[in-house]
Amino acid sequence: MTSLQVDAMHVPIGRRSILQDISFRASSGELIGLVGPNGAGKSTLARAIAGLLPISSGQILVDGQCLRQLGPKASAKKIAYLAQGDSVHWPLSAYSIVSLGRAPHVGQFGGNSHIDEAAIARAMERAAVKDFVHRDVTQLSGGERARVLLARALAVEAPILIADEPVGALDPRHGLNIMSLLREEADQGALVITVIHDLALATRYCDRLIALREGELVGDGLPHEVLSPQGMALNYAVEGHHATHQGQAFVLPWRAL
Amino acid sequence: MNILSSPTAPVIKTVNQSALCLSLGALLLLLMLASLNFGYVDLSQTLLIRAAFGLADDPTNLIVQQLRMPRMLLAVMVGMSLGASGAVLQGLLHNPLAEPGTLGITGAASLGAVIAIYFGFVATMPLALPIFAMIGAAVATLILLLVARESGRTLTLILLGVGIGGISIALVSLAMNLSPNPWAVSEIAMWLLGSVRDRTFREVILAAPFIGVGLVMLLACAPSLNILSLGEDSARTLGLNIGKLRLLAIGGTSLAVGAGVAVSGSVGFVGLMMPHVIRPFVGNIPSRLILPSAIGGGALVLTADIAVRLIAVGPELQLGVLTSLVGTPFFLYLVFSLRKQMR
Repeated sequence: MTSLQVDAMHVPIGRRSILQDISFRASSGELIGLVGPNGAGKSTLARAIAGLLPISSGQILVDGQCLRQLGPKASAKKIAYLAQGDSVHWPLSAYSIVSLGRAPHVGQFGGNSHIDEAAIARAMERAAVKDFVHRDVTQLSGGERARVLLARALAVEAPILIADEPVGALDPRHGLNIMSLLREEADQGALVITVIHDLALATRYCDRLIALREGELVGDGLPHEVLSPQGMALNYAVEGHHATHQGQAFVLPWRAL
Repeated sequence: MNILSSPTAPVIKTVNQSALCLSLGALLLLLMLASLNFGYVDLSQTLLIRAAFGLADDPTNLIVQQLRMPRMLLAVMVGMSLGASGAVLQGLLHNPLAEPGTLGITGAASLGAVIAIYFGFVATMPLALPIFAMIGAAVATLILLLVARESGRTLTLILLGVGIGGISIALVSLAMNLSPNPWAVSEIAMWLLGSVRDRTFREVILAAPFIGVGLVMLLACAPSLNILSLGEDSARTLGLNIGKLRLLAIGGTSLAVGAGVAVSGSVGFVGLMMPHVIRPFVGNIPSRLILPSAIGGGALVLTADIAVRLIAVGPELQLGVLTSLVGTPFFLYLVFSLRKQMR
């Protein structure tokens, strides 16, 4: 059981404070969506939790331990991070990319052990990228590449997975695939936090949404609570269409207010 | 999950890395023997080997030990420095056109060396030459890295390299212009063309420690460069210490390229060509590129140095002139083939 605790966190970029007084707690098994309009600070929050940004005050605790004091390798074993976009800088094979997920576990000049190889195989199996093992990732379609990069993050086998807009540039089918995968990860005991713009996917797949506006946490709760008609109007200046399909509630942004 | 997929992306093939390095090593050894063979005096193989160990007559010992061996060793050392630093810089900057020459590092090292010659530091302290060249290389690499952090675009970096190279040439020209001694001007000009001819073991001993340490630092970058191919954010969340990687890469490039330039002048495009030749054999994996690029770089410079002795064109062709004649079309070919990515 892993817990994440963010306490009164302020994140500056330069002299400007991008996130103010952010506090929440989360634990294993949750799929949390970070929602809010452009510029609200969703990606900044995801990056700060992943340890990529300095925080000016407050703290991030993983299992009661301060993230900053864990050190880079130990922290990398606790939190896997899937960056926004799908850039891979060299035409590497899918296997080479996924195996990089084991970097926190192997020594600097050591090769992969059988434990690492098993983790790589599991990650490729779960993300359904076994067909691409030796394929050049830069030549795969956007959706296929997104799955390979997600498999890379899964190969870390960290108890916490932070994904920064993993479905932002994907077609509906690949978007659904990625969200199903994140859901499965949470169901199997991981704490998954994802930045998400697609409110229909967010309401359908996430257990909980955290809404941000202008760097402040303005909503934290069940999807239908955070994206209530008042929440939609206040946070997005949008009227939403709330409905249910096959027993699952969802919301569609309907009209700009 | 039902995912219908029929991947069309090409399969990436690799060859065994030990086999690749051993083959390149064998080629390098053969070229080293061939290099000892070529010169103005014909020597039999037996005599050559005896002379290498000082067992032939005095003039033959002198030719082999004092002329051909330093030349051969310097060509290998300089080539290895350029090949390894090209592979590391391309991985570090995510830029297939990066190499010490195109990024202006060689030019800045030349400027450092010319400053040491012009102000007479070399006369009082021989080590001033490699030290000033290494400082020049370090300053250029640092500027590039600072800009690469803000904008890693291929075109920006190449243009910055052109700028650094341009300033270096301008200041070297100024030094030559203001030089009171025409012999010094001629000496600087010939040295800038790049050559390992007429060098002695003094130059080998001067450069070897710096190049050795530089190569070790460049090879130590290997595992980190793989992680960096995912981008800086993902690499950091995988536990990579990017500051340490930069220090190793800048330090290694400055030591190896600076010391190489100090003893051989400017030998261009080796660092660009070798990683591109090797990349398909290693599945584009950055860590597997450095050692083969270093060995291949040594072989390439040695081949060029043998070629300048075989091409009969009046005065011997300078090594740097030949590598530029071959390297520039290769650079242009890469620019055209990569033009979509550069936009």
